Amino acid sequence: MNAQLISLFAAETFEVPANIAFSIIAIFMVIAAIRVVTTDNVVHAALWLMVVLGGVGLNFLLLQAEFLAMTQFLIYLGAIIVLFLFGVMLTRAPLGRSDDLDNKQRPIGIVVGLLVLGLVSYSVIKTFGSDKLDFSAYDGSQAVAGNNRTEALSDAIFSQYLIPFEVISVLLLAALIGAIVIARRD
Amino acid sequence: MTPMLAVDWAYWQETLVKVGLGLVAVLLLTGAVVYLYLFKFVSFMQSRLGPMEAGPYGSMQLLAEVGKWLQKEDVFTENSDRIVFGLAPAIVMSSTFLMFVVIPAGPNAVISDLGTGIYYVLAMTSIATVGILSAGWASANKYSLIGGLRAAGQLIAYELPLVLAVVGVVIQVGSLNLQDIVHAQSDGAIFGWSGIGNPFIFTQFVGFMIFLIAVQAELTQSPFDMPIAESELVGGYQVEYTGIRFLVFFIAEFATAVGFAAVASTLFLGGWALPADWASESTMHWLGPIVISAKAVLLVGVVFWVRFSLPRFREDQLQQLAWKFLIPVALLNIVVTGTLKVAF
Repeated sequence: MNAQLISLFAAETFEVPANIAFSIIAIFMVIAAIRVVTTDNVVHAALWLMVVLGGVGLNFLLLQAEFLAMTQFLIYLGAIIVLFLFGVMLTRAPLGRSDDLDNKQRPIGIVVGLLVLGLVSYSVIKTFGSDKLDFSAYDGSQAVAGNNRTEALSDAIFSQYLIPFEVISVLLLAALIGAIVIARRD
Repeated sequence: MTPMLAVDWAYWQETLVKVGLGLVAVLLLTGAVVYLYLFKFVSFMQSRLGPMEAGPYGSMQLLAEVGKWLQKEDVFTENSDRIVFGLAPAIVMSSTFLMFVVIPAGPNAVISDLGTGIYYVLAMTSIATVGILSAGWASANKYSLIGGLRAAGQLIAYELPLVLAVVGVVIQVGSLNLQDIVHAQSDGAIFGWSGIGNPFIFTQFVGFMIFLIAVQAELTQSPFDMPIAESELVGGYQVEYTGIRFLVFFIAEFATAVGFAAVASTLFLGGWALPADWASESTMHWLGPIVISAKAVLLVGVVFWVRFSLPRFREDQLQQLAWKFLIPVALLNIVVTGTLKVAF
């Protein structure tokens, strides 16, 4: 057993440890995602959502997408969840149970959920099929590996995907200005 | 760390030793900062002696305080949300300790030399806001909730200048990795003169000032202490906390001060390194931690100097400073740095 463990950690590839870690993270994410919709307190739902989004970040780390993982932590945990909590607490922040969180739209919710699941699964399977990720250990230091991937990402964004990137920037700016216009009716 | 000791350790042993040493270093520095500035520096500024009884010149005062907090009763308010109430200090504390993972203290003395170094630090520190908000909410106290909301508003507003101030340095180095940033400064030269390397405080002075102001606000130290304004809110999000939970908040606050100071000295003052021709690399293995600690403690001193000198901002002044002054200046700094980087 011990020899097996050692060979596991000294291996050239870390496909097995990555799969084990993914399974653990995925179980936590599924439980947290179920709790987001079943909990009877809005703030608790936001905090459970934090577990789900943090799990996504950890999965990015497992895929060796370091920059993407940090962006996930910075934007989703540090900004989006904070804005959720801020909004909930600024309007009303009930402690304990609230009874008005449930409604009679469950069947529609289930249908929409299944449709989204089907659509995402289909597009992912269609796009990647039986592609395999290269889990082999990077030859060199961790820092060099991380920097290389960050550089590759920035090169792709600012050359091949420059126009989509700029379009998204303008779209976000339009949304921002629209929000200000709606909020200030004076 | 391993080459210095000349022992061939397994990865998990090495990590365990690094984490242990890092924890000791952070707690020691935090204790030193609290004694030096919170107990003594402020006392001298106010013409009093400060603690004198516990140990020589009151140097053991902090141990007495910690002992006092540890033996206090664990108090909840009747309506508080116990789980979130207990979880909040833990979130703040882990966000604080996680930022130290990438701060280098020597050629090899870093827990994990991540490629996204400085970006990782910014991501981890931003998570503390969630802890502060949940602490304010879970206390079931109006003052706490208002304090938590003020804290969140302030931390979001000042996170932007903090991130933007760093971008100038990243553009100059061309890397997010903190070791690369340190080496770029120690091996650099100012117009061909490499006598003191090229600490970015000269080329990025605007960024340095914005970073320090934003750090002051992120630490909720006066003049940015609206969230814990004791004359209006008793203690903001910390009102209901006592005993060991308050101690956790207290340690996290000052450890974050040390952490941000260490990051600022790494980004702008050359980090653990001395200019390339001053000392050999083998010397830096033991000299590096001392150099970065000294720089960090000095910068924390600046934070406390400002804290005890300036009165509190009003909420609108605080938001105006961030959105109407710091962010435009930081953006301008990025444009100028980028243009100069392309031009030269």
